[in-house]
Amino acid sequence: MFINWLVEPLQYEFMQRGMIAAVLVGIVCAVVGTYVVLRGMAFFGDALAHTILPGIAIGYLITGGARDTLFWWALGTAVIAALGIGAISKQAEIKEDTAIGIIFAGMFALGIALISTVRSYAVDLSHFLFGDVLGVSAQSLWLIVIFGAIVLLIIGAFYKEFLTLSFDPILAATLRLPVNLLNNLLLGLIAVTVAVSLQTVGVALMVAMLVTPAATAYLLTNRLPMMMSLSAFFAALSGVIGLYLSYYLSIASGAAIVLTATTFFVIAFLWKRIKVG
Amino acid sequence: MYPHSNHQQDKPILDVRDVSVRYNGRDALESINFHLHVGERIAVVGPNGAGKSTLFKVVSGVLQPNSGEVTISGSKPTVHSCIAYIPQRSQVDWRFPVSVADVVMMGRSAKLGPLNWPKKQDWNFVNHALETVQISNLSKRQISQLSGGQQQRMFIARALAQEAELMLMDEPLTGLDTPAQEGLLDLLDTLREQKVTVMVATHDLEQAAKHFDRIMLLNKKIVAFGDPESVLHSENLLSAYGGRFRTVEGKDGLLAVDDSCCDEGEHDHVH
Repeated sequence: MFINWLVEPLQYEFMQRGMIAAVLVGIVCAVVGTYVVLRGMAFFGDALAHTILPGIAIGYLITGGARDTLFWWALGTAVIAALGIGAISKQAEIKEDTAIGIIFAGMFALGIALISTVRSYAVDLSHFLFGDVLGVSAQSLWLIVIFGAIVLLIIGAFYKEFLTLSFDPILAATLRLPVNLLNNLLLGLIAVTVAVSLQTVGVALMVAMLVTPAATAYLLTNRLPMMMSLSAFFAALSGVIGLYLSYYLSIASGAAIVLTATTFFVIAFLWKRIKVG
Repeated sequence: MYPHSNHQQDKPILDVRDVSVRYNGRDALESINFHLHVGERIAVVGPNGAGKSTLFKVVSGVLQPNSGEVTISGSKPTVHSCIAYIPQRSQVDWRFPVSVADVVMMGRSAKLGPLNWPKKQDWNFVNHALETVQISNLSKRQISQLSGGQQQRMFIARALAQEAELMLMDEPLTGLDTPAQEGLLDLLDTLREQKVTVMVATHDLEQAAKHFDRIMLLNKKIVAFGDPESVLHSENLLSAYGGRFRTVEGKDGLLAVDDSCCDEGEHDHVH
């Protein structure tokens, strides 16, 4: 029976927690991702996610692999990396994307090097890279709830400022909005989002959660509030469907979530193509 | 929290003194001096790379000059939210998911202040601005669904919602057909009653002569600045455009035809 099929995985507490985590992280990533897509920051998001690996690695080495403290290491590194990359992109000697590429690959390699000093590194590294949503503890879930809520509240509170700044930075400047502060605040929010999402999809797949649901929504609407809502809807649904796929087909959870989100994108893309003709 | 400044009525709305701007060691503007009075309408004309956009960015306080000083009614531009910069249409992301009314409401962002959402009064401003530019019926459209002329009207409405007193329009006529250009220029004439001071960058010398009080001929320096008859003669034009223009004897007198159109080059430096 279909009902049994749906209910069966939920008898496990780790599946319940994983499901809640995937939905919450999906929603936060999707809303923040709207700005990532509209401002053309996909590469920045990808780079930022990879750049936090050495931070996680150091936390991992110091604590001997305790999962629950890794969030704080990820958060600290992500905020520093976001502001650092933001500052680097303002320098003029090297093109922005080249500078980001150099930093992110270097930091990523440093992270791998650090983790590889531990004998059992392969399993742990793959969790950092690709996520381990079924390993989310109750404590980690609370951190996701609290920090996810903070991100959404700030996005809501500064809605008109972020909208104005993203559409027309010169207007924002002539209106004397605090442009630098708002830009850095947005980078900070993306950083928190990356830290919150670490356990769900991992470093390597993070950019998909930031970009894919928002891009899907962008194809289907031309109003920002609707784009945010649809993006959150697709991301949450991808989390749920992805976890069922992971359970029944025994595939990695992070990959299953991302593949589901990608499928939604492809469907929306084809639907739009057919509709437009 | 966002700054606002009262205007000293006896001061010129805009006073530019000895302003120079350099990009990468190259002069973009050299010792610019002029001032404007409330309600004046000025056309800024000059070849590509003459510094028209740079001048507007300095006047609006978005770009700091390397030397010299800009004052708006007696105080520096960065304390005023009454300066509207209307971008070239090619600089705008028209696929951005916003409606016409959304864009016009952005002009209220400063007056609203942080954490406040639009109130009835702000919607009144937006609706009235849309009526003034005659696109009330398009308020719910996504912005890519507008014609070029309607897009310019939307930005003028945004400037009105901003309660702008100085409007800087970067190439608003470029790419519009003649009826749309005439419509836009007529609209600017009606704004005259609202005491809005307008500076327009344009390539079209004929329209500049017909619709504006004074013409500024710019090529890094001010080549000439005054009423159209005194500015638009071949000696000045040759000095501003060099070999890059041809004069044509038109029905109404002398016309200059710029060989190249659309001011792109100088934008790459300014963000």
